[in-house]
Amino acid sequence: MDRDEAFLQFLLRMGDNTLILGHCVSEWCGHAPVLEEDIALANTALDMIGQTQMWLGLAGEIDGGKSADDIAFLRDAWDFRNVLLVEVPNGDFGRTLMRQFLFDAWHLIMLGRLMKSSDERVAAIAAKASKEVTYHLERSGDTVVGLGDGTDESHDRMQQALDYLWPYVGEMFSSDDVDAEMVAAGIAPNPADLRDEYDALVGRVLTAATLTIPESRFAHKGGRDGRMHTEHLGHLLTQMQWLQRAYPGATW
Amino acid sequence: MNNEWPLWEIFIRGQHGMSHRHVGSLHAPDAEMAIKNARDVYTRRNEGVSIWVVEANNITASSPSDKGPLYEPSESKVYRHPTFFDIPDEVGAM
Amino acid sequence: MYAQMVKSAGTGVKSREEMSEQERVFQDKIDADIKIEPKDWMPDDYRATLIRQIGQHAHSEIVGQLPEGNWITRAPTLERKAILLAKVQDEAGHGLYLYCAAETLGVSRDEITEMLLDGRMKYSSIFNYPTLNWADIGAVGWLVDGAAIMNQVPLQRTSFGPYSRAMIRICKEESFHQRQGYDAIRKMAEGTPEQKKMAQDALNRLWYPSLMMFGPSDKESVHSAQSMAWKIKINTNDELRQKFVDQTVPQAEYLGLSIPDPDLKWNEERGHYDYTDPDWSEFFDVIKGNGPCNVDRLATRNKAWDDGAWVRDGLLAHARKKRARNLAAE
Repeated sequence: MDRDEAFLQFLLRMGDNTLILGHCVSEWCGHAPVLEEDIALANTALDMIGQTQMWLGLAGEIDGGKSADDIAFLRDAWDFRNVLLVEVPNGDFGRTLMRQFLFDAWHLIMLGRLMKSSDERVAAIAAKASKEVTYHLERSGDTVVGLGDGTDESHDRMQQALDYLWPYVGEMFSSDDVDAEMVAAGIAPNPADLRDEYDALVGRVLTAATLTIPESRFAHKGGRDGRMHTEHLGHLLTQMQWLQRAYPGATW
Repeated sequence: MNNEWPLWEIFIRGQHGMSHRHVGSLHAPDAEMAIKNARDVYTRRNEGVSIWVVEANNITASSPSDKGPLYEPSESKVYRHPTFFDIPDEVGAM
Repeated sequence: MYAQMVKSAGTGVKSREEMSEQERVFQDKIDADIKIEPKDWMPDDYRATLIRQIGQHAHSEIVGQLPEGNWITRAPTLERKAILLAKVQDEAGHGLYLYCAAETLGVSRDEITEMLLDGRMKYSSIFNYPTLNWADIGAVGWLVDGAAIMNQVPLQRTSFGPYSRAMIRICKEESFHQRQGYDAIRKMAEGTPEQKKMAQDALNRLWYPSLMMFGPSDKESVHSAQSMAWKIKINTNDELRQKFVDQTVPQAEYLGLSIPDPDLKWNEERGHYDYTDPDWSEFFDVIKGNGPCNVDRLATRNKAWDDGAWVRDGLLAHARKKRARNLAAE
């Protein structure tokens, strides 16, 4: 794999994560448990859409001058490079917030490293995104603690959410040729190296939330290399890409 | 038990150097979440640099019937206002 | 408008002779454009009418999230998605500001929410119509927000302080809503034949429901007269509807779209467009609950509220535990 191809894959991984998760979170608009949460979730989704425009915009630039929209709306499922965690359906509010927290924690650590990237464009995007994600993590972490350490029912729901999502955590720390190439170029860290910091951070919050981390370290994978997504991604794309697919060439 | 989240009054300082101003209210389970909610609800357009939250219950308000006794006495103290004093033009800005 | 057919409590406008001393002082303040604040004395009927009006307005914002939210996951570009999401989020914010204004009159957010959910309180008829193609998103911003702004701008001067302040904030934020809608539908009106067809289809379906937003003619209504004397209603329904038609017709012409009213024409003498009134029997059906989406809209709001109960309870329980722990530690 040459460096340009690896760089493109890396950018797609970053951009597809925020694209798919932002999409899922935006589904809450109008349906959240309380107005204040409705507004907060929309802010999170808006930040992620903005980050997507930056990552996929850069990906398009090096991929022959495509736009971020071309990349988002005109690829099929096998071309997506997001981790599986972000494409599992929202479930209840607890699962949505747990998924957000598990992602935000990885995201913030990752962005912290990317701010020191040898590629200035990557460093600039990471610097902007990092400010937003610092707040996302604060909010999702507090909510996970509040619901974990809330009523019996909220505790049980959060534990179920954690049990369901935990097998999707490991994929964020898997490494392959793309990562090796990025490490060699000084563009991005080796994901495996982020795990200790992640475990410490997540452990602290989940302990405060009185939740128990499942013992199994089993990890589903296949999203970030596109080898095997979940069934959910295809359905998500049928909605997201509908207009672009049904009316090719139209501008909106 | 009433399980409605308490009401909070939100004060935001818009620019450095200005006082905090009351911008509105919202509901939150506690003060920390009230600050976060205020950030999400009341600074969507870059409006703030500093947020105060006060539980609405903890605000003591003057009652409208006090309006006379509270505020009218100051009306007669016109010397507190700079325009009360004539300064000759030759003195320059003061 | 967002608050349609709000019945004023009471029996109509009192003459000065019929008023008590307190009522006279109150009316004098309103006539002198002095704002009424929550702790000031106010007639019970003024309070009750305001709760109904602000509540209906707030509910409209919240239910109004649904028809537009219907297209967030199908927005055709990332930018359109962000704009639409930001806009629908603003509606949630506007609902929140208005609920807070209502709370200063002594009705809590949960109480007033329950009144929406069990059907005791209404929301604007417009949100009981579906959004069926992407151009509807443009049309809603252009027509529905356009109509709403027409009503909300004068309400910034309404007599009740918290309501007026909420409206000022809302109007400031609302200014981008209509423009983004017009921009979205314009892109389509200038686009492919299919896009143009969507734009015309949206206008055909939403034109009369938009005219209905202003409510039936209120020339004879005692309720309107009382609300206008209290300055919680500033213009008559017919004035605003005419203004809306006059403003919108040239905008539609610019887009090359035709307004679905064969009798629409400029009346030189009046200096206004003559237009066909909406079918008021349809309006009253929608108000009674028989619009295309009434049942679904309310079911959706109820589901969000019921599904969210454990979250609201959980976060509050945590806040109480935390406080108890902090107290114990002191």
